[in-house]
Amino acid sequence: MNLVEKILAKASGKKEVSPGEIVDANIDRAMIHDLTGPLTIEMFKKIGVEKVWDPEKIVMILDHQVPADTVKSAELHFTMRTFAKEQGIRNFYEIGRGGICHQVMPEKGYVLPGEVIVGADSHTCTYGALGAFATGIGSTEMAAVFATGKLWFKVPQTLNFVAKGMLKQPTSAKDLILHIIGQVGVDGATYKAAEFSGPAISKMSIDGRLTMCNMAVEMGAKTGIIEPDAQTIQYVSARSKKFTPLKSDPDAEYEKTFEIDVNKLEPQVACPPSVDNVKPVSEIEGLEINQGFIGSCTNGRLEDLRAASRILKKNKVHPNVRLIVIPASQEIYQEALREGIIEILAKAGAYISNASCGPCLGGHLGVLAPFETCISTSNRNFIGRMGSPKASVYLASPATVAASAVAGKITDPKTMWRS
Amino acid sequence: MIITGNAVKVGDHINTDLILPGKYLVFIEPEELAKHALEGLDPKFPEKAKGGVILIAGKNFGCGSSREQAPIALKHANVKCIVADSFARIFYRNAINIGLPVVECKEIADKVNEGDQLAVDLAGGVIKDLTLNQSWQVKPVPKFLLEILTAGGLVEYLKKRIKSK
Repeated sequence: MNLVEKILAKASGKKEVSPGEIVDANIDRAMIHDLTGPLTIEMFKKIGVEKVWDPEKIVMILDHQVPADTVKSAELHFTMRTFAKEQGIRNFYEIGRGGICHQVMPEKGYVLPGEVIVGADSHTCTYGALGAFATGIGSTEMAAVFATGKLWFKVPQTLNFVAKGMLKQPTSAKDLILHIIGQVGVDGATYKAAEFSGPAISKMSIDGRLTMCNMAVEMGAKTGIIEPDAQTIQYVSARSKKFTPLKSDPDAEYEKTFEIDVNKLEPQVACPPSVDNVKPVSEIEGLEINQGFIGSCTNGRLEDLRAASRILKKNKVHPNVRLIVIPASQEIYQEALREGIIEILAKAGAYISNASCGPCLGGHLGVLAPFETCISTSNRNFIGRMGSPKASVYLASPATVAASAVAGKITDPKTMWRS
Repeated sequence: MIITGNAVKVGDHINTDLILPGKYLVFIEPEELAKHALEGLDPKFPEKAKGGVILIAGKNFGCGSSREQAPIALKHANVKCIVADSFARIFYRNAINIGLPVVECKEIADKVNEGDQLAVDLAGGVIKDLTLNQSWQVKPVPKFLLEILTAGGLVEYLKKRIKSK
């Protein structure tokens, strides 16, 4: 069995499972946030069960519409706080104390290798970076998990993406995952699991691995996953209790294996209106931008802010551009302060905000006017995603966004990386 | 369960931001969500769907966010069933869980015309285009999912199961 099959077998109390089989899995951890959580709570109450199956296994995080910008979103937060108190859910993250759910979950030790984790958000697949089976579900399904602690899954086929060679900075994990999505398409992995392996993944930081798995859903995958190694074990051990990492058997089967040579991979950009419309940055260099965004559950981590500060240290944000930087969590914010990164970014003219999802989903921060162009480190460039349906969103790495914000137009970060 | 209605057609890769833009996620009331169903693609859609329609879509319908508000908006805007070449998996599950029937039928989007009269037999897996006088046999919706749909969604289904225990 491969890694995903092993986790699902363990979670459903079976010796063996194979693709296509439907299993009833025990859920190890369940997460809701302020935009999908209130609906979960309403549905849970409708089911008619008094208490959640296990308050210790539920994590609640305010991150999307934060701080509340309207009475309506304040009400959603109120619903979340009240439910947490009623149910004795201690793992509740208030604004200023947590951050983006998909960063808080691994960072605070809620993601353990070998476990099954569900979240009422499509980017829950991020946690596969630590060797967990993690996937996004809807609010009603989450209500069922709250009531029963279980959920059915069809055991997926697994695609194996083997990244050979070594990424050469400033090319990063984001460029690699954009490249892969460009190759297989936005529905290239629908219903399937995407496993990432190979030397480039082994050498990749946990930050980079989280970025890779975060975007697995953008090719339709049920989850992205990376086999846990010494680096994973070190990261998780520092944050959590004991755990049993699982690994694929030597004769594990995959539906298909893709080999990617990353040695010559250039920085990539996903052009509107689709995440698989991926081109090397050189092909669209020179396109003028109005806004840059460095943040989101894809690229708001420390490594990302470091990359941006490396470019912005001796440069200023172009007068025609606004650059929004949002650390993915309060912990990252504090570390970036200690390292002097925040000061560098602020001096360069970036707008820096508290840890939140920010403009990524067109909620209440940094939305775009018609005919504006944004280059963003987030995960979706759908029409209307970040504000006006007439605006354009390009997806790229933090280095590419920072370099583009300096130049006022889409720019290969190589030109500024060594300056 | 046989569902009838006229076809409204949409294309490939219709994502959840087109079905229900992020700015409406602060709402959970179905009636409020329904007003904005498919707004990203066609702001007049709720008006079009008024009498009850069957949505015919291309590949990867519902890709993107896990927001269940997307299928809720469609259901309450009077979409009785969605037939698509393929669905994104979270959307597929969400639709069933809120009691909105979804059926996969390869390449149907190419054949059916806007406005055609359709009849979808979920248990039998038969889709009929009464206007074209043509029918397609597809994989029937699995039994346990059909039970959820018949109950009116996962909440009703669980309610019953918990009571019968």
